[in-house]
Amino acid sequence: MLHWPMKKNMKKKTKMSKNKLSVWEVFIQPKIGVPFQHAGNIHATDKEMALQNARDLYTRRQEGTCIWVVKSDDIVSSNSDDNESFFDPADDKVYRYPTFFKISKKVKGI
Amino acid sequence: MERQNLFRYVLSFGDDALINGQRLSQWAYKAPFLEEDIALSNIALDIFGRANLFLDYAASLKENGSTADDLAFKRNEREFTNNLLCEQPNGNFADTMVRQFFLDVFNKLLFEELIVSKDSQLSAISQKSIKETNYHLRHSSNWIIRLGDGTQESHKKVQLAINNLWMFTDELFEMNNNATEMKKQKIGVDCQTLKPEWDKIVNDIFLIATIHKPINEHMATGGRQGIHTEHLGHLLSDMQYLQRAYPDAIW
Repeated sequence: MLHWPMKKNMKKKTKMSKNKLSVWEVFIQPKIGVPFQHAGNIHATDKEMALQNARDLYTRRQEGTCIWVVKSDDIVSSNSDDNESFFDPADDKVYRYPTFFKISKKVKGI
Repeated sequence: MERQNLFRYVLSFGDDALINGQRLSQWAYKAPFLEEDIALSNIALDIFGRANLFLDYAASLKENGSTADDLAFKRNEREFTNNLLCEQPNGNFADTMVRQFFLDVFNKLLFEELIVSKDSQLSAISQKSIKETNYHLRHSSNWIIRLGDGTQESHKKVQLAINNLWMFTDELFEMNNNATEMKKQKIGVDCQTLKPEWDKIVNDIFLIATIHKPINEHMATGGRQGIHTEHLGHLLSDMQYLQRAYPDAIW
């Protein structure tokens, strides 16, 4: 019984090193001037391949005007263990919500 | 007679696209990894779209009510006029990329010229196709560089693919009587004039990819006259199966 998880792990490792494809995160800008949105991820060996694969996977239906790709490894993410100290302190500070302010009708993109 | 000339001219580009598209679509769900699978299918669809435009136009020139589908599914091997390179088997991934690279460079140069055709339909199809072809070329040329300048194994495979397919590259630039007539009427392109630029683009990529340009004494030809390699018949038997087994079936 002890063998099984080890074997599974080893298999996974060989497969990964054989493919040598890194994971890249894809961000699409739906229209010029608006913020980029995370669309998903793709596999690629280099920047150009990442850009092309992102184009082929995520802009087939005219979803975008610009694409960003970045290696997933290069993204620094907060850890869910830190959620309490990171995010809970904001939960009693309703005055930080912008709903207290009137938005002018002339402001676009919000 | 003139209409017949134009028909044959348009048909040859339709056949090139149809057969190339069919070949690429055979990679669907079999490509080395998911992203490339979708990329190849995307490209195949672009090329099928082009085939549809050319064949639609060709069918309309027949003036007998025939359709693009009739041309695609109800002609025999000897009636297809595509260049031999289009029908060459997919082989391994390098074989497919080399075939596509050679075709993409050629198509880019062809459509750039065909845009100024006196025939407005041909001009419009070229205008649409050139954007797609520029992307296809970006995709295939990057793969040639990646494979050629990659590992020992990938270099070996892409060089072998280039050596094997080189013999089909001269045919792209051949001018038959019909093409010459079309050129004279300012409808068509003189493909021979495209050769130096094709050589230049291909050489530049070969240089970056550390690939040696092959020297072939024998060059294959015959596609435009309907004389094909043994591979086209098999491709057609697969592509035309449904219309042959159930004539005029629709869905």
